[in-house]
Amino acid sequence: MTTTPDSQVVLSVEDVTVDTRPKGKKPIVRNISFDVKEGETVCIVGESGSGKSVTSMAVMGLLPKDALQVTGGRIMLDGEDILKVTPARMRELRAASVAMVFQEPMTALNPVKTVGDQIDEVLRLHTKDSPAERKKKVLSMLDRVHLPDIERVYKSFPHELSGGQRQRIVIAMALILRPRLLLADEPTTALDVTTQKQILYLIKELQEQEKTAVVFVTHDFGVVSEIADRIVVMNRGDLVETGTRDEILTAPKKDYTRMLVSSVPSLIPRREPIAAQPKVLDVISLQKRYGKKGLLSDNTVLAAQDINFTVHKGEITGIIGESGSGKSTVARCVMRLTDPTEGSVVVNGRDIVPMNNLRDVRKQVQYIFQDPYRSLNPRRTIGQSLMEGLINYGMDEAEAKKRVGETLELVNMPASVMNRYPHQFSGGQRQRVAIARAVVMEPDLLIADEAVSALDVTVQAQVLKLLEDIRDNTGVSILFITHDLRVAAQICNTVVVMQKGKIVEHGAARDILANPQHAYTRALIDAAPAPDWDFQNFRPAAAAVAV
Amino acid sequence: MLSFVVKRVLSAVPVLFMVAVIVFMVLRLSPGDPAVMIAGPNATSEQLADLRESMGLNRPLLEQLLIWLGDIGRGDFGTSLVSGKPVTELVMDRLWPTLALSTSTIILAVAVALPLGVIAAWQQGKWLDRLVMAGSVVGFSVPVFIIGYVMILIFARKLGWFPVQGYKPLSAGFGEFASRLVLPSIALSFPYIALIARIVRTNVIEVMGEDYIRTARAKGQTERGVMTEHALRNAAVPIVTIIGVSIAMLISGVVVTESVFNIPGLGRLVLEAVLARDYTVIQAVILLFSTIYVFINLSVDLLYGLFDPRIRY
Repeated sequence: MTTTPDSQVVLSVEDVTVDTRPKGKKPIVRNISFDVKEGETVCIVGESGSGKSVTSMAVMGLLPKDALQVTGGRIMLDGEDILKVTPARMRELRAASVAMVFQEPMTALNPVKTVGDQIDEVLRLHTKDSPAERKKKVLSMLDRVHLPDIERVYKSFPHELSGGQRQRIVIAMALILRPRLLLADEPTTALDVTTQKQILYLIKELQEQEKTAVVFVTHDFGVVSEIADRIVVMNRGDLVETGTRDEILTAPKKDYTRMLVSSVPSLIPRREPIAAQPKVLDVISLQKRYGKKGLLSDNTVLAAQDINFTVHKGEITGIIGESGSGKSTVARCVMRLTDPTEGSVVVNGRDIVPMNNLRDVRKQVQYIFQDPYRSLNPRRTIGQSLMEGLINYGMDEAEAKKRVGETLELVNMPASVMNRYPHQFSGGQRQRVAIARAVVMEPDLLIADEAVSALDVTVQAQVLKLLEDIRDNTGVSILFITHDLRVAAQICNTVVVMQKGKIVEHGAARDILANPQHAYTRALIDAAPAPDWDFQNFRPAAAAVAV
Repeated sequence: MLSFVVKRVLSAVPVLFMVAVIVFMVLRLSPGDPAVMIAGPNATSEQLADLRESMGLNRPLLEQLLIWLGDIGRGDFGTSLVSGKPVTELVMDRLWPTLALSTSTIILAVAVALPLGVIAAWQQGKWLDRLVMAGSVVGFSVPVFIIGYVMILIFARKLGWFPVQGYKPLSAGFGEFASRLVLPSIALSFPYIALIARIVRTNVIEVMGEDYIRTARAKGQTERGVMTEHALRNAAVPIVTIIGVSIAMLISGVVVTESVFNIPGLGRLVLEAVLARDYTVIQAVILLFSTIYVFINLSVDLLYGLFDPRIRY
């Protein structure tokens, strides 16, 4: 912690209420108050719909004008109430006194301008520097955010940079005028864990140099446990609880906070491998090459090579890797959504790679996709979507309906939801429906491709439990693809770690996560936020090992 | 960027070649013997044979094609079957009025539609937006010949501000030339203003919802700066596309306008040639129109690359 008792308060949010325009039944954010001192990091934590992003946008004065407005309270920035200033003064304050880093580095930058020009724009707007001075400042800022080859980066367009590099650009843009307050809205959520760690470290480093006050909006308690000085917990527009990091993580006072913290998966593996069961899936020397070789040039990409692993009946096998590691390619090959270039995929003793008619296999292997908002047809009822597969495989409608009803109950949804449409459900409920859609076919193997990544932690914990219950009740095997080691630790019996299209390590979850052999696995584990917290038990992980 | 331009320009060459071959084949494959058409119904078989010999019609098809391509390469499109004049001369005479009319129309359309679309997007849902959108429905729905005749009635007959009809070349003086283009250009530009303004509005509204617009505001950029420095260039690609399509539609649509305003352009030439079955002229005009389309497409492609660095491949 870099604050002292006499550190100045930079931001003071006093009794702020944000309402829709025109006024709704209930304001979306109600009577929120908190302070942020210079050099301090305050994390606003909450699930989707908690109002955490709205609060940060209100501080920035960037609430969508025709939809939301602050209806009560004061937002004091260095003693100035930003709710009362003129639009011109607010524009002056932005970037100069209060800056923001956004969630999506892929879309936060203008795709048709060079990144150098976009950082330069901040200086053009707020300073009277000459072009040469501005360029010097931008280059030195690029250097401070540790970008390589800054002259080249200066002239690059956003699409020529990686996600982590773009987020560095956004941070450079936010901090070039040394603002007093930095608002970071989920700045690392879209990044791989190793990149996330670097970005968190970078923000911390720059914060310490300039004594910037930081408001960090996130849903990820792992991140919170690493960076927060103090935590503000929000739920559905209300402030639930505030306290120092250790107070909230070890001794939360409110039930909601307890539930939220205990839903956070820890890196402590919980499951043993399952042996002495027949093999459901056997992947042998699988290789996938994208693109075709030209006469002269070779533009192909080897997305997966030399992949060997097995999944036994009733086993949950995790494929872990960062984006681009080839984990989804392997999953798609197993389902033959894409054809492998070489190797065999043996499902229940039959190699499906040479098969032309995949009808039987499709029924045995079912897929759950990442995004529950896009994987259900919005114009069909839940019942129609769930019955379609059964009817395709020759079941009559009455029986299909009965089966769908039973399956919905298995995923803790009443059978009566069959007549409703996907938009009438929340993300978590939709993912349950998507799981029911897969399970209703009575497959032997479920492929869950980042199936819980888009969900809030509490919902994520419920869905993970649901998947395990289904496994226990039906004996289905699950191939669980994830980038999140903590999720894998919760649910997987065995794990396969992939990097750049190859398997680097493979074995029982407890061995690999507790005692990694390969350098890449170790790097992943080190980068995973909060490896040293056992959230379920409100204590540091060291205590769990001791028990 | 340079390699992108070179690649795009080179890729237009085979397209132009294919167009030429297709135009050639269409005429050879259409029913009837060109020699019979030229010589007329009373010609003897000897006359026909001579004609075939002199036109090269009894040589192999591939050789005819090569000869024809060579002629085109030198700018020789043969002679009109009706008037006996060289086709090149006929077409060039008519090309200028059409080019003048199309160019003035598209410049007018873009100059009016772009600000209208931006204003409508900026004032989305307010009365100014509704007014522009309602106007665009009218502009799109009323046929050009009705707008044309109404304008002739008001501005030429009643007010006498502009000549009623006709065309004078630029060599007759700019005033003479321009005054005769005003009414047809305005009449012709209505549907294009409506179309382009709508596309501009839709795309600007879409772009204004993007994350980088929020980033620009977070930097302290003014609303005007957000629009000019960030939104417009990102909305440019679909707008350029629709402008390109408009030019192509415009050129094929001049037939009607040229008739209403009695302008001796390509539209009229095609009309006359088709009615008189003047195949060599039709052939030349088809080839010319196709070439213009290819160049419009090429320009649109190049503009994509100019506006959006992600398209420079």
